[in-house]
Amino acid sequence: MPETIPADSVGIVTPQRLHFDAPLRLSSGETLAAYDLVYETYGTLSPQRDNAILVCHALSGDHHAAGFHDPADRKAGWWDNLIGPGKVLDTRRFFVVSLNNLGGCSGSTGPASTNPDTGKVWGPAFPIVTVRDWVESQARLADALGVDCWRAVLGGSLGGMQVLQWSMDYPERVAHAIVIAAAPRLTAQNIAFNEVARQAIRSDPDFQDGFYLERGTQPGRGLRIARMLGHITYLSDDVMREKFGRDLREGRISFDLENVEFEVESYLRYQGDSFVGSFDANTYILMTKALDYYDPAGACGGRLAEALRPAKAKFLVVSFTSDWRFSPARSREIVKALHDNDFDVSYAEIECPHGHDAFLMKIPAYREVMLAYMERVAGELADGG
Amino acid sequence: MAVKTLRPDYAILVDWIPAGSSVLDLGCGDGELLGHLVREKAARGYGMELSMEAIPNCIRNGINVIHSDIDRGLSEFDDNSFDFVVLSLTLQAIAHPHQLLEEMLRVGTQGIVTFPNFGHWRNRLQLAAGRMPVTKTLPWQWFDTPNIHLCTMRDFEVLCRELGMHVLERRAVDRAHRGSLGLRLLPNLLGEIALYRFTRR
Repeated sequence: MPETIPADSVGIVTPQRLHFDAPLRLSSGETLAAYDLVYETYGTLSPQRDNAILVCHALSGDHHAAGFHDPADRKAGWWDNLIGPGKVLDTRRFFVVSLNNLGGCSGSTGPASTNPDTGKVWGPAFPIVTVRDWVESQARLADALGVDCWRAVLGGSLGGMQVLQWSMDYPERVAHAIVIAAAPRLTAQNIAFNEVARQAIRSDPDFQDGFYLERGTQPGRGLRIARMLGHITYLSDDVMREKFGRDLREGRISFDLENVEFEVESYLRYQGDSFVGSFDANTYILMTKALDYYDPAGACGGRLAEALRPAKAKFLVVSFTSDWRFSPARSREIVKALHDNDFDVSYAEIECPHGHDAFLMKIPAYREVMLAYMERVAGELADGG
Repeated sequence: MAVKTLRPDYAILVDWIPAGSSVLDLGCGDGELLGHLVREKAARGYGMELSMEAIPNCIRNGINVIHSDIDRGLSEFDDNSFDFVVLSLTLQAIAHPHQLLEEMLRVGTQGIVTFPNFGHWRNRLQLAAGRMPVTKTLPWQWFDTPNIHLCTMRDFEVLCRELGMHVLERRAVDRAHRGSLGLRLLPNLLGEIALYRFTRR
């Protein structure tokens, strides 16, 4: 628990819930008759309604991006270093919105919710949702909140893909698009990692073909391995060496096949275990599928510039040198597609050892770039920011 | 806010670039030149800069900046993407200047290059005395200088000919970036900074 809530924190926040009963037609062709979205907001929407910022979460993120739910919380929201009074997303100037995506497991309608048609848990029957579907549902949330145009939409990783999609699907509704540690589509290697994660879950006997909630089991072992694998791809070789090296728990090798010997094993097991208690396996499968399917250039013969042509936003693209999951080269593909269209785009490649996870971290150069950009954005506000 | 005066060599470049041009500024620093062109001449385009420290300043200056190493080439830009490609006081620090010049004219219609003229009499005098020159324009010792490809104005013009480039305009200025009759008559001897505007032949 934080001794006292820091002055630059948004403080205690209460998630909100909105019910939508206009059917949502999904990319897959299926229709979701009704759904709930859970979200948090930080700051105040200005009378001109011109200061709203949408934060899009990544694979395992949720709506809790900043502040604390309870004074007893040990950890703040996942992007708390960025969001708060006086921070990069300054909540004295901006109205920040963060939601749990459709198909998620933190309150928005997803596989762990009850299907009103059957009265049973959706489980594996929950329709596949794509990045486009998320943007569509987020647009409806914007309507409900009275936000015609986001001053900025931003996100890292899978969140960055939603930002790109917003700029293409709703050009008039995004003034600034901030795409961090993202890629315009996955590589075969990225998909391969996702498939191993899915197979780890599916091959757990407790997965029960996805009906584990109904049958009172939990595919904890599978989900744990999926998360461990994910964590390897979020870090870099360098940062793992620096954090764990070959350090041993007991200071010596104990010729033990079962128990933790190396510190890195301990770290991965801890990450896996803490994930199992808080995340839904079907949601994990859905989210990795959304990643795999994402390919806005696909409909344009692979030409990303053509796919991005409708966009009207100004862009900031940020990558991290040690990110091998979505390497800087992937961000440069996005940058090239943007300047091929003569769009306003700035690009920063942050040198750091932290790997893909860097987008969540407090890195001085990263912060400086974001701060400079958000100051520019704030300068456009009606009240002068 | 005090009006900042533009770096003097920039003032000449600004005159060379017509309003509404598209510009790629290689090694754009804090974005001073491009920011000025955008604000005063309705130019559009991008700056390219390697130094991370400069990137937030570029963003504050309201320009589009691509954080990238010019030595990696301009392959991310298509042919004929810009009216002007500018390389200001950076040519001498480039790994392969001749290749970059060709790249500049691949992605742009015209190129503008400025560089410290190694043919300036002060440099010649110091070389004649048997030492590598250290001047206010070239303040580094030979062993720790970023300037790995220094040249004289005559050298540059020979290279232009060899590369089939056509010089449209040439200026030589002193350290205060003033021109004079002497500078017009003996640019390679009296000019400290050389400025060229060129195109494909």
